[in-house]
Amino acid sequence: MKRFIGFIKKEFYHIFRDRRSLFILFGMPIAQILLFGFAITNEINNVDIAILDHSKDASTEEVINKISASKYFTVKQILTREADIETAFKKGKIKAVLNFEKHFSRNLIKQNQATIQIITDATDPNTANSITNYINAILQNYQQEKNRAIVVEYQIIPQARMVYNPELKSVFMFVPGVMTIILMLVSAMMTSISITREKELGTMEILLVSPLKPFQVIIGKVVPYIFLSVINAVVIVLLSIFIFKMPLQGSLILLALESVLFIITSLALGILISTIAETQQSAMMISLMGLMLPVILLSGFIFPISSMPVPLQIISNIIPAKWFIIIIKGIMLKGVGMAFIWKETLILMGMTLFFIGLSVKKYKIRLE
Amino acid sequence: MKEENVIEVNQLTKTFGDFTAVNTISFEVKKGEIFGFLGANGAGKTTAMKMLIGISKPSSGEATVAGFDVYSQPESIKKNIGYMSQKFALYDDLTVKENITFFGGIYGLSRKKIKEKREQLISELGLENISNKLVGSLPLGWKQKLSFSVSLLHDPKIVFLDEPTGGVDPITRRQFWEMIYKAADQGTTIFVTTHYMDEAEYCDRVSIMVEGKIEALDTPKKLKEQFKVDSMNDVFLKLARIPSPTLPKGKRENTDCN
Repeated sequence: MKRFIGFIKKEFYHIFRDRRSLFILFGMPIAQILLFGFAITNEINNVDIAILDHSKDASTEEVINKISASKYFTVKQILTREADIETAFKKGKIKAVLNFEKHFSRNLIKQNQATIQIITDATDPNTANSITNYINAILQNYQQEKNRAIVVEYQIIPQARMVYNPELKSVFMFVPGVMTIILMLVSAMMTSISITREKELGTMEILLVSPLKPFQVIIGKVVPYIFLSVINAVVIVLLSIFIFKMPLQGSLILLALESVLFIITSLALGILISTIAETQQSAMMISLMGLMLPVILLSGFIFPISSMPVPLQIISNIIPAKWFIIIIKGIMLKGVGMAFIWKETLILMGMTLFFIGLSVKKYKIRLE
Repeated sequence: MKEENVIEVNQLTKTFGDFTAVNTISFEVKKGEIFGFLGANGAGKTTAMKMLIGISKPSSGEATVAGFDVYSQPESIKKNIGYMSQKFALYDDLTVKENITFFGGIYGLSRKKIKEKREQLISELGLENISNKLVGSLPLGWKQKLSFSVSLLHDPKIVFLDEPTGGVDPITRRQFWEMIYKAADQGTTIFVTTHYMDEAEYCDRVSIMVEGKIEALDTPKKLKEQFKVDSMNDVFLKLARIPSPTLPKGKRENTDCN
């Protein structure tokens, strides 16, 4: 046991004396969560639009006021001719143009209908779509206000309710993903790098010739990273709750246990990588290509799995991160307990055992 | 096993697939002896040594190290030997003191013993002023001397040195050998592989491996007489010049450094 403590102490010296690994360990998680929380967002806020008003009457003014009063849009420019639309888009600032037809009020009153053309910059299709939807919603609202006096015979009123994330904050979607990435990065990449470093420097050989058993060496290398990963998980959860007001509906203990499980899964992956890779460089490449990319692309973190082609949906099942993201979302947003996530938990456990078994086998072959 | 033999090797063989890296070698090493283990790159020295220090299982043959069997008691062997590899193997990002403490710790020395050894070692090597400096900032020669001292921390019966003086200047090599003599005088058996034939002259006995077999084994003096030459260098050249009809060079290189 005393040997073991000495070993772990040495591991911490390595970590704290290497600025690069310190940055990855503590800088990255905070930077990532803040980036995803503040900068990268799917929400529409203060989008610059332009108005081309051919009527300039009471109704158009009301509509324009309504739109610019919302927090979603800022009227940046008033255009005077059709030809200006193109120029406005090309300058890049304006994302949408509202084009009111001539005699808007008169048409509205006399023919009971008037037209507004909504032109959006679809170089970013998602944003264009959202802008159109938001403007539509504002126009609907305007219509309803106008129609209040009139008795309509039939009317269907859809009442949409967004549960678990009523304000549709995208940060709620990113936090579980970022937490997954960070835990994966710290646990899998850092351990595989630190084990291969010993191989590269020749110290691994010295350790194997010492009375320490191989599994003691591996555990000694892994324990500090469990500790650091737990700290990271705590920091991320605190940031998301206190800065981004993310709810924690479910049990904190369950969240902690599931996080530790995922940390162990990632560590097992890290050990497996270190049995394959001979150099720190290749360990890093395998971790980045083999772990980070699938986590970002196929785990459902950014792109919904249900809209992927079937082969990719099948592949996504072998990515541990997918299951962990389901678990965190379940616990934090939906407040579910073990009864709803036991399947995902079992899958993660199974994967962990598989990775450990495979590493042990690989390790033995190498020693022969 | 005879009283004074600390290493006994009998018909030891290691094969990788159909390639025989170490081919039925047999020898004994006596207590307190400086035993030189010579051979060209790829001759099988490192593979043979790895079997003796318990990190590679022999394919056939017998061997005991410090009285323990290499098949069944590698853990006991590990407690009784020291090892210094050809790659420099202390931690660059730990200080001199931390390195000594760490390696003392993994050999299970008590805290008091470690402290005692650490102070003794630092004063012997004259490292008092830089004992809190990172090892990475020391010149290579000092690192190697320190590395050797660290491999002796737990008073092993035998210390295995795998090309310990690669890349250091002649003066440091000379000092290094003085340390080896001192350790041998205190009863530690030294098992050393080397490329430098002048170093072979310093050994009590040397064996020369060629393509997996031990082709010569005796005191440097007798070997020179046997081959009728003036230096170990010529002995080595005479033996190693035998062309290899069986294997392409590349394959042998690989198996030696694995």
